[in-house]
Amino acid sequence: MPVQRIRPFFQAINEAIAQCMADDPYVYIIGLGVPDPKGIFGTTLGLVEKFGPKRVMDMPTSENAMTGIAIGSAIVGMRPIMTHQRIDFALLALDQIVNQAANWHYMFGGQMHAPLVIRMIIGRGWGQGPQHSQSLQNWFAHIPGLKVVMPTTPYDAKGLLITSIEDNNPVIFLEHRWLYHIKGHVPEEIYRVPLGQASVIRQGKDVTIVSTSHMTLEALRASQLLEKEGVRTEIIDVRTLKPLDQATILESVRKTGRLVVADTGWRFCGYSAEIIACVTENLFDELKSPPIRIGLPDCPSPTSPALSRYYYPGANEIINAALKSVGRKTNKETMYIKPTKPHDIPDADFTGPF
Amino acid sequence: MDKKTLIRLFFQMLRIRIIEEKIAEHYTNQEMRCPVHLCIGQEAIPVGVCAHLTNEDYVMSNHRSHGHYLAKGGGLKCMMAEIYGKANGCSSGKGGSMHLTDPSVGFLGATPIVASSIPIAVGTAFAGQLKGEDRVSVAFFGDGATEEGVFHECLNFAALKKLPIIFICENNLYSVYSPLQVRQPEGRRISTLAKGHKIETHLGDGNDVINVYRLTKKAVERARSEKGPSLLEFMTYRFREHCGPAFDNDLGYRSKSEALGWEHRCPIKKMRKFLGDKGIITDGDIVQMEKEIEDEIDSALTYAQKGPFPTEDILMDHVYAS
Ligand SMILES: Cc1ncc(C[n+]2csc(CCOP(=O)(O)OP(=O)(O)O)c2C)c(N)n1
Ligand SMILES: [Mg+2]
Repeated sequence: MPVQRIRPFFQAINEAIAQCMADDPYVYIIGLGVPDPKGIFGTTLGLVEKFGPKRVMDMPTSENAMTGIAIGSAIVGMRPIMTHQRIDFALLALDQIVNQAANWHYMFGGQMHAPLVIRMIIGRGWGQGPQHSQSLQNWFAHIPGLKVVMPTTPYDAKGLLITSIEDNNPVIFLEHRWLYHIKGHVPEEIYRVPLGQASVIRQGKDVTIVSTSHMTLEALRASQLLEKEGVRTEIIDVRTLKPLDQATILESVRKTGRLVVADTGWRFCGYSAEIIACVTENLFDELKSPPIRIGLPDCPSPTSPALSRYYYPGANEIINAALKSVGRKTNKETMYIKPTKPHDIPDADFTGPF
Repeated sequence: MDKKTLIRLFFQMLRIRIIEEKIAEHYTNQEMRCPVHLCIGQEAIPVGVCAHLTNEDYVMSNHRSHGHYLAKGGGLKCMMAEIYGKANGCSSGKGGSMHLTDPSVGFLGATPIVASSIPIAVGTAFAGQLKGEDRVSVAFFGDGATEEGVFHECLNFAALKKLPIIFICENNLYSVYSPLQVRQPEGRRISTLAKGHKIETHLGDGNDVINVYRLTKKAVERARSEKGPSLLEFMTYRFREHCGPAFDNDLGYRSKSEALGWEHRCPIKKMRKFLGDKGIITDGDIVQMEKEIEDEIDSALTYAQKGPFPTEDILMDHVYAS
């Protein structure tokens, strides 16, 4: 095995941006706080020093106008990367994203395109609350003309971001903030992970777990315990919600006959429903038990840790679902995996405030 | 201005300062598990503005809302409990520091999406006009909020309908770590934006509570006499980090000398000197005030710390009104 180059997720993002900017003079990055001392959780640190303030820019708190401005620059040849510290702030720009960017290529008969990447960070924990931690990937995946990317590993973060920047369409690139310090192999050179390919990150014959973003880590934790229980899981990290790699998912469920979907968003009308619809439409007769969705309950994100404790499903819920799908007795209350840190922080070092 | 008013303004600023400092001190215990945006350094604006409002008047605010909430008369105990994530908090623990509310005193709510509460404040003024009520609404927001389209749209509508609303811009020169220069054109004042809409507008010293008080008085009179909206821009400075309990001048996004200059212009020091020079208060009075405030905070902290956490069964409450 070649030497592993271990880097955190945030640095993988940073490298992707830096290498694309070095590669293509039309790529620029803009967003609130992009050149500030914190550099968007480290993902934009050092860029302004390398590429100068004309290509690495702060902006007014004007999400809607600035998105339109980015789109305008994109249709005449620029390749903007727009960054929002929370997906919730990008909601101010929905008109530009949905009415304009998504439709531009189509509504003018394919004469122009809008190659732009909009990075949105999904917040969670430490009382981020109702307006700072929504997980709205399914909204964007619903819109024809948008591509939606949600990496989990540092390797994919870099490879998918490079592909997204080079793509000729508007791409919504969603980063879960609890992934920023996850470490993994990240090659130094430019490489591409294609959009529209899910990744089988664990093979097993009993239950297929399809997961998005941070829930993939929970699925991995769950799998270790399930293995001890004699249940072998196959984990598929969706990676690109749109275009969706149906083939990989179907192939896996054809083998296991069982499906659990774990998404970071709300369950009701959520992305997991799309996966289950795809499987039931295609493999109805091959399913051995009903597919199970894991996601957020149908209420806003509460601030108090006493409530958020019951809000976010994790490895324990996945274990329960997998056991249920193989017909084992389950108990909702059982803590299969004991917590090693408070539930509202990404790691033991985190002490707030943001 | 009479002595009683002057003393009250001073006391309220001191109260907000000490409460905010107490929050900063306790924050490191990791029991307040939500982001907090302290208003230390900016106390004169909420105090000078809210001095003219009654419980019938409405106030809406942003992420940096503790001062607005307290100056409007919001309950300290349930604010503390809210920050501690407790069931006896002002939003039942569902909102935290960024979502304070106390409708009983007309503090309708604070929301942290920049500029998002401005149109809602305008809507409350609109309702007052439709219903023929004698109420004034106030929208507090920062310099960053004036960059959002919705702010400009609100000015237009408020002017169109001559609504009883006062826009209060707390210009502390920064949005997080981004200085005004990278966000707004040089030499153009926020207050002048309102002029184009024929909205009465003034630029004031936000660290001088008497100045804030005087300018707001006129704006409230205008609103109450159906002459329409006003916009007041107050210059001020946040002493601590954007979010959290610490100081952050070491990050280098603002200079030490700039921060020091503003420290000399501390609104509380300034008022204290003014009142002392006039012989209106003595050091002894201040010690007395501090003691009173600290006692109040101690019991609020106990209320918050001893308060019950919300239980699982209330997670799904309040999603829909019955
Ligand atoms: C729509 C939106 N964009 C970005 C943010 C992130 N944000 C939170 S507070 C803040 C600063 C706003 O600055 P200002 O309005 O001047 O208020 P201040 O913090 O200086 O009091 C920003 C950008 C947000 N909450 N909402
Ligand atoms: Mg500001």
